[in-house]
Amino acid sequence: MIEIKEVSRSFNEHKVLDNLSLTINTGETKVIIGRSGCGKSVLLKHIVGILKPEKGEVFIDGQEITRLTSMQMKPLLMKIGMVFQGGALFDSLTVAENVGFGLIEHFNLPTKEVLMRVEESLCMVELCGIGNLMPSELSGGMKKRVALARALCIKPEIILYDEPTTGVDPITADSINELIGSLHDKLKVTSIVVTHDMKSAYRVADRIAMLYNGKIIAEGTAQEIEHSEHPIVHQFVNGLASGPITETLGYFK
Amino acid sequence: MPNLFLYLGNKSVTLFYFLGGLARLTAETFFWVFQPPFKREHIMVQAKKIGADSLPIVSMIALFIGIILALQTAVQMQRLGSEMYIASIVALSVVRELGPVLTALIVAGRSGASITAEIGTMTVTEQIDALETLATNPLQYLVVPRLLAATLMLPILTLYSDAIGILGGYLICVFRLGIASSMYLNITYDSLLFKDLFTGLIKAVFFGMIIAFVGCYEGFNVEGGAEGVGKATTRSVVNTFILIITADCFFTALFYFILP
Repeated sequence: MIEIKEVSRSFNEHKVLDNLSLTINTGETKVIIGRSGCGKSVLLKHIVGILKPEKGEVFIDGQEITRLTSMQMKPLLMKIGMVFQGGALFDSLTVAENVGFGLIEHFNLPTKEVLMRVEESLCMVELCGIGNLMPSELSGGMKKRVALARALCIKPEIILYDEPTTGVDPITADSINELIGSLHDKLKVTSIVVTHDMKSAYRVADRIAMLYNGKIIAEGTAQEIEHSEHPIVHQFVNGLASGPITETLGYFK
Repeated sequence: MPNLFLYLGNKSVTLFYFLGGLARLTAETFFWVFQPPFKREHIMVQAKKIGADSLPIVSMIALFIGIILALQTAVQMQRLGSEMYIASIVALSVVRELGPVLTALIVAGRSGASITAEIGTMTVTEQIDALETLATNPLQYLVVPRLLAATLMLPILTLYSDAIGILGGYLICVFRLGIASSMYLNITYDSLLFKDLFTGLIKAVFFGMIIAFVGCYEGFNVEGGAEGVGKATTRSVVNTFILIITADCFFTALFYFILP
């Protein structure tokens, strides 16, 4: 279980997370929605300890992580896979070296087994046999899937997805959604998906939480969020140009 | 006038921020140098990039510097009829000063810039964050191999550059000024003391550290996209140059007093 308790974080005096609390149960797929730049990715980075909150605590399976050193974080990180928005593949390594990075660096496994696990992970994202290519030879969608394979290769218990379907064609997006769903169903992986693609959110979510002005303003099942009467949630999920979100922006302009 | 104070104040804050960040990176990296696993192959890759790949340009510059020094001093020395001292002037200038400093400036412009651009691009494309989520410390994975490679390769490149610089002087003196080959080599050998070579190599070790630390520091602190990487690369080269010359001044003064 992941528990985020009253976390606050500012950048250049702009409060991105403001006393935010959220709980993600084990085996649950929680989708966090919100406008671009509202702090969704910042929230994910607090869960893996890349960013530290100014205030508040983050618990992973009961262990508070915000005060852990990188050495102490190591065993916890071995349970977490993260898929970055642009893939974040290491350009100097081949696809196979990227996917097997966690295994090569931290597990003393024979090369044969690493290669087998790499190929298995690549096949899970329907990219069998591309291990020898370099990241620069891949399309945007392929990069995202290789990034997902890299996260899967360490057999994580928790996977964090940062905009997994942004910038890919609808078919690839659907196959990524299907994959997130099957990992949840078959492997009981706890997932947090950050997105503003509502089609994807409805498809994969057990529960959806909406982040607005640094706080979670609404949380519920896909159906509850889809039919929410909260004016901000209603404007966002229906993609309306006019409503309270844009009115506030207009006020500041 | 208030604007001038504001400008100077801002610059001072930026300078202290830079020095503080650099000191912190240095301290943290020294901790990671001694933490296993030790990746010998990563150090070798960096040693090739920083050392072996710099050989052609270091050779060219060192040879020309040797030739220029010999030619410039020849004019004066011929007037005094003491051409044979050209050998000791070339040897001392190259080994004590020009060898270490010019080699460091060449490597800073070549490899220091490349370190910043590479790490900077990794920063803006979230590859550094990805390393952390894969339970790999970026300092251990990226900075330690570059630091060890630069610290090891700079003295080696400096020794090589010293030899090529002396060769430049030799070519002019022997083939242009008609000084006997054995005489040139003997004067060179006699005029050089062990401390000349030693102080040059000590400087080179510190210059190597400066190149690696500033290159990595600027890379990690890139903000924005491609433009940010470009700005950081420029900053990295300029700051490395300033720190190398400052360190050179400091070490020259130090050796002047402790090894007179």
